[in-house]
Amino acid sequence: MVAPALILMCLMLLGPLLGVIALSFTDYQLGSPQFSWIGLANYQEMLVDRVFWISLRNTLTYVAIVVPAAVALGLGVALLIESGSSLRAWYRTIYFLPVMATLIAMSIVWEFMLHPQFGLINGLLHGIGLEGYSWLQDRRTSLYALCVIGIWQALGFNMVLFLAGLVSIPRQLYDAAEIDGAHGGWARFRLVTWPMLGPTTVFVVVITGIRSFQVFDTVHVLTKGGPSKSSEVLIHTMYVEGFEFFRSGYGAALTVVFLVFVLLLTLIKSALANRGVHYA
Amino acid sequence: MGKIELTAVRKTFDSTEILRGIDLAIEDGEFIALIGPSGCGKSTLLRVIAGLEPQTSGEVRIDGVAVDDVRPSARNLAMVFQSYALYPHLSVFDNIAVPLRMRRHSAFARVPLLGRLHPARARTERGIRDEVMRVAAQLELSSLLKRKPGQLSGGQRQRVAVGRAIVRQPVGFLFDEPLSNLDAKLRVHMRAELAQLHRELKATFVYVTHDQAEAMTMSSRIAVMIEGHIVQIGTPAEVYENPQDIRVAEFVGSPKINVMPGVIREDGGLEVLGRAVGLGTPAAAGRCSICVRPERIELGPGPGAISGAVVHLEHLGSEAFVHIKVDHIALPLLARLNPDRQLPALGSSIQFGYAAGAVRVFDAAGKRIEVAVALRGGRVLEKAVG
Repeated sequence: MVAPALILMCLMLLGPLLGVIALSFTDYQLGSPQFSWIGLANYQEMLVDRVFWISLRNTLTYVAIVVPAAVALGLGVALLIESGSSLRAWYRTIYFLPVMATLIAMSIVWEFMLHPQFGLINGLLHGIGLEGYSWLQDRRTSLYALCVIGIWQALGFNMVLFLAGLVSIPRQLYDAAEIDGAHGGWARFRLVTWPMLGPTTVFVVVITGIRSFQVFDTVHVLTKGGPSKSSEVLIHTMYVEGFEFFRSGYGAALTVVFLVFVLLLTLIKSALANRGVHYA
Repeated sequence: MGKIELTAVRKTFDSTEILRGIDLAIEDGEFIALIGPSGCGKSTLLRVIAGLEPQTSGEVRIDGVAVDDVRPSARNLAMVFQSYALYPHLSVFDNIAVPLRMRRHSAFARVPLLGRLHPARARTERGIRDEVMRVAAQLELSSLLKRKPGQLSGGQRQRVAVGRAIVRQPVGFLFDEPLSNLDAKLRVHMRAELAQLHRELKATFVYVTHDQAEAMTMSSRIAVMIEGHIVQIGTPAEVYENPQDIRVAEFVGSPKINVMPGVIREDGGLEVLGRAVGLGTPAAAGRCSICVRPERIELGPGPGAISGAVVHLEHLGSEAFVHIKVDHIALPLLARLNPDRQLPALGSSIQFGYAAGAVRVFDAAGKRIEVAVALRGGRVLEKAVG
């Protein structure tokens, strides 16, 4: 029976989605008693909206930095933990903590650490004779400071996924590699680990990509997209338009653009997933 | 050359001793099978020889050279794994080429893309291709070279694993239960192929299996391992006919050898269930085990015959087994019959005996006891005593 699942999917997923798309063709404002259909006007406005282009560029920059870094570091940490022996469980817990913690609360900790006067980061830099920045209040650094927090947050989750992938690699493949002359970590990694982690890697990249596209809480708590829009990202613009300026129609149009990007990522994943899996 | 010698090899995992002092000399070109029940340490021993597992103490020598600090690949041994351990992302060609590439290309030439700039790479790669082609032709894999392991059948994967092993022309081959993932029919076929391969290559084969049919049919010698010891080494016929330990007698042979509780009398005569067997021994008086293989049991009345009830019949076409329950013996005894003989009815009572020469006797500790036919020979004597 597929009918119940189909009905649920329509109610929970497709319904709201269609609602958002419909809303994006209106000039509806939150709380107003009436609205009118305005066609593609919201999208036309978007094309000439400076803030939209800045937030799109910032979002893509954020994704381009966070995804490779969080994936590579997650894999690196997973490999280190897997090869180490005694404190394995400890390391796992420590790296996984950011995933479990509330990002809002953690943002406050980061705000302290990045504080220009009494923050830990600048304190350390000062200790070795370097001048720090006002990380979150400087338009040159604010986006990158948010990237670092994003990497820190995604790292633990990626590590756990990679650890699961590593555990599922058959031991005999490493034995065979050793017999065949693959000495040293790099040769083993190239011959066995990396190819066998293919499906895991595709999954991790896509998940990290989608989560990075959705970056919102750190931006909202720490910079509010500032200073002068230097850390404005797509979801935050959407939030400001929809819930601070009450321009629900325009916010919906931004959401549609966001969904297109996420859909693209998902399509890339399903295309790669079928190629990357090896059935031994 | 591929002479492998093990001296007092021990292996301990945590506090469990898996190998308890293994001495074994494997001659060049020999096909030796290591058999034993699961957990006896035979796979561990193979991994110690391969170098995948360092021994806790003792020495491994290959062609007279101690290899204890030599890496597995430098020992010049190839290994075929139970799961075949093929690289699933590589084609059949690339799988077979891996050991050659690892060995012949410098680290730089193996770097993806950039490695192609290495001057000698193309020439080395041509040499590798020729050898892979030759091995593929030998194993009838030529038409499958572009496939991935996932697209192959079990038998084909097995052949690729063998190809990967023989392509580097090692001095010895280590097989770790290579046929146990195949179905019964294919297993028999691969048995013949491996034996043929051994005749062609004339290299040393060390073959671990728990399937004694494989060991009996392929190997020139069998080493039976039990609880971390090699209990007996010999030709298949020797191990089958003259087991030196009751555990060997019970492990080798299918169905299992019949074990009957026996007694050594003060005068050295042997008794089963109160009946004299007609054999004498110089061993000390006490309990012992009297063992007879199922094919040596003869049904029918006779002097000194034992009686029991038929509890189960197995007709296999080429042979038949009769399970006979005898009082005071826990397990039913088995007799093998030719199928052309009339089988006894299920539940009927039956008598059986055996020739004195078919009996193997073990003392209470399980060690083999030498016996001799007493005075005037088996059943005649027994009649006199009885």
